[in-house]
Amino acid sequence: MAAGVAAWLPFARAAAIGWMPVANLPMPVAPAEKNKRQDELIVLNVSGRRFQTWKNTLDRYPDTLLGSSEKEFFYNEETKEYFFDRDPDVFRCVLNFYRTGKLHYPRYECISSYDEELAFFGIVPEIIGDCCYEEYKDRKRENAERLMDDQEDNKDAKLPNMTFRETMWRAFENPHTSTMALVFYYVTGFFIAVSVITNVVETVPCGSAPNQKEVPCGERYTVAFFCMDTACVMIFTVEYLMRLFAAPSRYRFMRSVMSIIDVVAILPYYIGLVMTDNEDVSGAFVTLRVFRVFRIFKFSRHSQGLRILGYTLKSCASELGFLLFSLTMAIIIFATVMFYAEKGSSSSKFTSIPASFWYTIVTMTTLGYGDMVPKTIAGKIFGSICSLSGVLVIALPVPVIVSNFSRIYHQNQRADKRRAQKKARLARIRITKTGSSGPFIHGKRNGLFNEALDLTGSNEEEQRLSKSTSLIESQHHHLLHCLEKTTNHEFVDEQYYQQSYLEAGLQNYPSRSPSLSSQDGVTGTCCTRRSKKRHTPLPNASGPAHMQPLSHTHTQGLQELSTIHIQPLSTSRSSLNMRVDEQAALNCQGSQIITAIISIPTPPVTTPEGDAHLPTGPTHQNVVKVSAL
Amino acid sequence: MSTVRHRPEGLEQLEAQTRFSRKELQILYRGFKNECPSGVVNEETFKDIYAQFFPQGDASTYAHFLFNAFDTDHNGSVSFEDFVMGLSILLRGTVQEKLNWAFNLYDINKDGYITKEEMLDIMKAIYDMMGKCTYPVLKEETPRQHVEVFFQKMDKNKDGVVTIDEFIDCCQNDENIMRSMHLFENVL
Repeated sequence: MAAGVAAWLPFARAAAIGWMPVANLPMPVAPAEKNKRQDELIVLNVSGRRFQTWKNTLDRYPDTLLGSSEKEFFYNEETKEYFFDRDPDVFRCVLNFYRTGKLHYPRYECISSYDEELAFFGIVPEIIGDCCYEEYKDRKRENAERLMDDQEDNKDAKLPNMTFRETMWRAFENPHTSTMALVFYYVTGFFIAVSVITNVVETVPCGSAPNQKEVPCGERYTVAFFCMDTACVMIFTVEYLMRLFAAPSRYRFMRSVMSIIDVVAILPYYIGLVMTDNEDVSGAFVTLRVFRVFRIFKFSRHSQGLRILGYTLKSCASELGFLLFSLTMAIIIFATVMFYAEKGSSSSKFTSIPASFWYTIVTMTTLGYGDMVPKTIAGKIFGSICSLSGVLVIALPVPVIVSNFSRIYHQNQRADKRRAQKKARLARIRITKTGSSGPFIHGKRNGLFNEALDLTGSNEEEQRLSKSTSLIESQHHHLLHCLEKTTNHEFVDEQYYQQSYLEAGLQNYPSRSPSLSSQDGVTGTCCTRRSKKRHTPLPNASGPAHMQPLSHTHTQGLQELSTIHIQPLSTSRSSLNMRVDEQAALNCQGSQIITAIISIPTPPVTTPEGDAHLPTGPTHQNVVKVSAL
Repeated sequence: MSTVRHRPEGLEQLEAQTRFSRKELQILYRGFKNECPSGVVNEETFKDIYAQFFPQGDASTYAHFLFNAFDTDHNGSVSFEDFVMGLSILLRGTVQEKLNWAFNLYDINKDGYITKEEMLDIMKAIYDMMGKCTYPVLKEETPRQHVEVFFQKMDKNKDGVVTIDEFIDCCQNDENIMRSMHLFENVL
């Protein structure tokens, strides 16, 4: 219930008079307002700045520091005010929360100091209003990440009792951890560089003997290059096997991109070893050597930048795809046009449309090699249109891609953020909704337990229980209770409703005899209540607290029940009484009701399934209880 | 958001017209103004406020009838005067006045008779506030049956409508109803 709306509670209760002529049952007694005093002003002195407010305003949230008796600890007798040695700026927000029911988060405030103040005053941050909630959560996450980054730097501290395998893995992943790891890191980096340079130099023509044509170095110094290659591949193989051994999850490691690159880098060598100098496959063998260039990708383990670039391309894939698609469209269009324009001229290089693709691409990207030029006038006209439009087609998407990239990158992060926040917010709203009805359903138990205790005359528990509910809450519960009486139905929570809805098909209501109900109603429930006080290990009730004190408070009212109530309800009324006894074991300890806006309903202590699904169970329990007297 | 602003009549006048004391009027106005800074409540706000008290069900239909009952001059908004007059009757009025007010609430078209259709509408509105999760499960014909019981009790001459006299007579003879009329006397 929002704070301001609490002021309308008298109106809602007055309007309840509209139900009275319609109701067939007697109404419950209104909660008594003990100690009704006139509203007074309270002075709150926060570090010298004085705030004043009505006492009622603070009482709206009885589970916070200012709303409960906890503030008495801060009362200063001489100056007759409450003194808090805290930040007055944040206190402004806190006090506004009481006044308006909405908690705001000021942007200029540091998130941790704000959190500390909220914690001091006993306010749950989840009730920050929608206007400020996103900002709050963003700042909080930033802060948490910053703390996590600080922690990660300390994570390199060696944990005791790490197995050799784990040590090795840590050495591979974070080379800074030990000297050995650093050495290994640099050695592999060196060998990758050596291997790549070898591949490149292999093809350079070396000095030749005067009588031979130029041969690449690879064929001149075959043995040397072969030894280099072998050495590199051996190092890479050893490295790969060591990583495979050390990986915590070998399957996942083998699937990772880096290990695939490793395999692709060393495989051609082994395949080459295995394959003999067979003429047929030597062509394929040459192709395999191309894959040796993938060794350069092994550098991405050593370079953060490469990794980011790879991720960028991956995330930008759709935009790149669109660019490619639009380019392809333009190329096809212009190639077709150029082909048909140049068809007429003789010795034209534009032999077919696919042949014109090359001209179109070269022209549109403004390369202009000049190996294919149009000769006809129409061809030249279309050629110039092609090159002009090429500038547009290429130049336009590129900035779009660049900005798209940065937009998509941030947007992805923000979308995930928003999704997570939305889930959290929906959960929050759901908790508020169930929270506002939850206390009622639990309050019914305790409130009527109160009345029961009045009848049986035990005082101390009553006082304890009445302390836990604020006056506003008890008035609100009384209002809802009047509505129940008017309509002759009860509020239950979702869980129980679904159970009973299912069992409506299972159970056979008319089989219950009405006589059992009235008997139980008058004698059973009153007595079971008392008997429960002795039998503590009885199962506690699950969510729906049934109103067995319906019959409790007005025992003569029960007779009226059986005469006045509507026929079809009679059988269910009887089963209600059954159900009531079976489930009616109250928390004799009197659970504290949390009357905050967010109140998590107290979890049921026992398993409701056992209780609810036995149609015959209640009968037995009924009998037992009655005879236990 | 309209810029309607309404300032209520002075405290003395309201004190004279209603049965509230000065302090009570002050408290009432503070709560009223907090929720409706413009000084009048329109039907939407009214429904929102009333719905907050009944989280499990749908209180909008009943709030609509209530709104019509409070909006005595039928201008589409409830000012503080209307509000306080209504509350004065409900909280401090005689039983006769309260029953009159209830009759006025039920008589939707204000023709002086409560027909079964009107009563059915009101009944459905009340049951709507209970929501879905009730025990026993709410059935379709429950409001109708409730209306039947009501008419059996109230409609003395069985002419299908309940007049104000039949209503007041019957209520005064019903002990439960009489007792419940005094339930909210110490609300403020």
